[in-house]
Amino acid sequence: MTLSDAMAHAAETTPDRMPAGAPVRLKVSTEDWIMRGVLVAIGLYFIVAIVLPLYALLSKSFLDKDENFVGLANFTEFFNTPALSQSVANSLTIASISTLIVVTLAFIYAYALTRSCMRFKSLFKGIALIPILMPSLLPAISLIFMFGKQGFLTFLLFGNEIYGPIGIIMGEVIYIFPHVLMIILIAMSMSDGRLYEASESLGASKVRTFFTVTLPGIRYGLVSAGFVAFTLIITDFGVPKVVGGKYNVLATDVYKQVVGRQDFEMGAVVSMVLLVPAVIAFAADRIIQRKQVAILTSRAVPYAPQPSPRFDAIMTGFCMLVGSVIVSILGVAVFASLVKFWPYNLSLTLGNYDFSLRDGGGWDSYFNSIKLASWTAVIGTCVIFTGAYLVEKTKGFVAGRMAFQFLAMMPMAVPGLSLGLAYIFFFNAPGNPLGFLYHTMPILVICTITHFYTVSHLTAITALKQIDAEFESVSASLKVPFYKTFWRVTVPVCVPAILEISMYLFVNAMTTVSAVVFLYSPDTALASVAVLNMDDAGEQASAAAMGVMIVITAGGARLLHALLTRGLARRTQAWRKH
Amino acid sequence: MGHPMSTKDAYLKVENLTKMFGDFTALRDISLEVFEGEFVCFLGPSGCGKTTLLRAIAGLDIQTRGRVEQGGADISGLPPSERDFGIVFQSYALFPNLTVNQNVAYGLVNRKTPKAETEARVAELLESVGLADQGSKYPAQLSGGQQQRVALSRALATKPGLLLLDEPLSALDAKVRVHLRHEIKQLQHKLGITTIMVTHDQEEALTMADRIVVMNEGVIEQIGSPEDIYSRPANPFVADFIGTMNFLAGIASDQAQVCICDTELATNHGLNDIQKDDAITICIRPEDVATRGVTADTANAVLTVVESMEFLGSFYRATLRVQDDAKTTICADFSINLVRDLNIEEGGEFTIALPADHIRVYGETFAHADDVI
Repeated sequence: MTLSDAMAHAAETTPDRMPAGAPVRLKVSTEDWIMRGVLVAIGLYFIVAIVLPLYALLSKSFLDKDENFVGLANFTEFFNTPALSQSVANSLTIASISTLIVVTLAFIYAYALTRSCMRFKSLFKGIALIPILMPSLLPAISLIFMFGKQGFLTFLLFGNEIYGPIGIIMGEVIYIFPHVLMIILIAMSMSDGRLYEASESLGASKVRTFFTVTLPGIRYGLVSAGFVAFTLIITDFGVPKVVGGKYNVLATDVYKQVVGRQDFEMGAVVSMVLLVPAVIAFAADRIIQRKQVAILTSRAVPYAPQPSPRFDAIMTGFCMLVGSVIVSILGVAVFASLVKFWPYNLSLTLGNYDFSLRDGGGWDSYFNSIKLASWTAVIGTCVIFTGAYLVEKTKGFVAGRMAFQFLAMMPMAVPGLSLGLAYIFFFNAPGNPLGFLYHTMPILVICTITHFYTVSHLTAITALKQIDAEFESVSASLKVPFYKTFWRVTVPVCVPAILEISMYLFVNAMTTVSAVVFLYSPDTALASVAVLNMDDAGEQASAAAMGVMIVITAGGARLLHALLTRGLARRTQAWRKH
Repeated sequence: MGHPMSTKDAYLKVENLTKMFGDFTALRDISLEVFEGEFVCFLGPSGCGKTTLLRAIAGLDIQTRGRVEQGGADISGLPPSERDFGIVFQSYALFPNLTVNQNVAYGLVNRKTPKAETEARVAELLESVGLADQGSKYPAQLSGGQQQRVALSRALATKPGLLLLDEPLSALDAKVRVHLRHEIKQLQHKLGITTIMVTHDQEEALTMADRIVVMNEGVIEQIGSPEDIYSRPANPFVADFIGTMNFLAGIASDQAQVCICDTELATNHGLNDIQKDDAITICIRPEDVATRGVTADTANAVLTVVESMEFLGSFYRATLRVQDDAKTTICADFSINLVRDLNIEEGGEFTIALPADHIRVYGETFAHADDVI
């Protein structure tokens, strides 16, 4: 009998006799109260860290300089100022073209990694992930060394300038590439080899198989990758800041309005406008995610590619081409940071690493960044994992859990610049009792955790969904409080995911610029912001040097994570299922 | 229901329990009693509400309405941590990062039981399920059957008053399942612990339970001993769900008489609430059909043609078409001897009898599940 039959049956028989018995009075146990209490506490964190700041941002965009409510006047002004409204068109153009290019490149790259028998796959995969370790400013700075006025590849532009749309698109494609590649790779790896066998046995050609099996299988992954790319590009600030030249986009406009012109109201308006495409892309992505359920049954067989010398050679060639671009972006940055004066004096020096003589806060900014990244990783992982656990395991309290889940998804839809600006309006408002946080390290930590909350939350949820749903029931029957089981069982079982989350938070805290650029103070200057400021001051070599320091640190974190994960896998292999 | 222990007070009482999921009624007005030391099975097809009932008794998914009483105390609204039960899930839910010893000791450690005592109890439990030497292994290193026994030991370690088993054998292969079902029953008998087991496997229920609660679509269809349920099913659903049953459409005739087509059959089964000429369902199990020494003059004889014979190893299950009524077939079990002695072949005529003692009559028409498909 199907469920609908049963429901029809129930509906039919209900009027006859209402079931007897008094409604049950539930006793909520102390443990349930603890769970709900902690969940509410993290919920309150969201209120302070995202809801109220966003409200402050929203209301600011409706006020004039003297705090009078002026309705949509600021927005009217924005769209009537050609210099500003032009940025909307520019942003959309850049984001569309870059998305198209990066999704195409990443798709072919992912295709090579999953469907060919080429060699050095893990090397190519590793190379493709390098840009994740960079602040987005760094690929742009490298582009200037390569294609700028004194660049050694400038002739390739045939008289065009790197400063402007060409540079932005090149920079964004490189910067976004690993993010898009990861999404497509996951979609590609979830393919059922049996479908390919069926297609082949039915005599379908390779081309037909591609269009009837491969593409339909990953279409949601591709669309999702497109939306993620579009959002990341339109909200990225680092690349256009460095190579944008006179070509204005929304992200740089926010920065210029706030930092350059001190026009906070217009900054609020621009960042509200910036929110729109980000929210749309986010909503669309969520809808697609929901559609993509269970393409893979438990009986699926992973696809095993067959060697084909010509195809494999073509794929190797493509990956070498893309890989060499990424490697040279990093290589040029490293080389430029080590020479006296690009391109005139190429003798080696470590002088560019003496940041004390430059803008941006010197080596202190680097250590501040390490501090920020460490605090973000430690506190963020604890809060995010606990929150995810409680939202998954709390009994009852449905409305509270749904609200929490909604709040946890919110940060994903908010661009870093909008978040940072919102923090100024909220925490710097006169009379806010939390004002003491303004211009301190804690506010940078709060902002960074919030900015990267959603992805970490989803990682934790995925890991928690994979463990047996009845652990809590068993421990309740054995009279062991849930927090003991959480500590003795759930956390150890989820250590891989916990390490993953803390690595993700650490690397992103090292490289992020957008949210923190409005929030640092002279005492809490950050490495990524120092890259920005040194580049602004024309100290490109030192900017590159600081960028390289960030790459080394983030790369070190990744390496450490890989070693820990491997060591852990060896130690726990007795009980982990393979 | 004349239960032998009904003079005693029930250890577990469920009264008028109803569970709704939104508009869907998963359990409708369920009442039942479980006595101390008894082994009760909730049996029914998937989606019948048996697991929901078990989870309500455990407090894991509390009922919408109704009372649950255990050991004389009202536990209707208590959270699971304040109830007294041990539970084994279908997935076992063993803690993967803890050894077998640590798993079994999990509930004891929290009670500040002295270490030596805990170790002794764990050793004793593992001994009793035949896993004495496996204590330092992790669950992933054990077979499914061994994991199941660890889960059982863990549930029993704290000496709960009630043991709940949620399809504990369904993840195992057939041979292990038969072996474990015997082992669990023995252990339960030895410990005398009141036990409720949920299963959709009738063989499991028939072999293990003292009493079976047959459920369907959120209501109880019948409660009774395995013998009761099998031999005296309360309604066509139970008759159909348990064992194999012939369902024959008929008409009520005079007192204790029914007919299929023109054949009149006597029955010892009272025709309560059934009027003459009502449409009825006549049931008889294939193994109850009389085959030897039957002539046309034997009481309740039916003349048939052997349509097909299915060889099932120790016997044949024959499908017989009633001669007077080509629409009706009856299944009967033929022993190997019978087939050999009488040289029965497909297509041949054969007379059977439907003994009055074994005929069950239900005052409703019933479509056998196979006929619906």
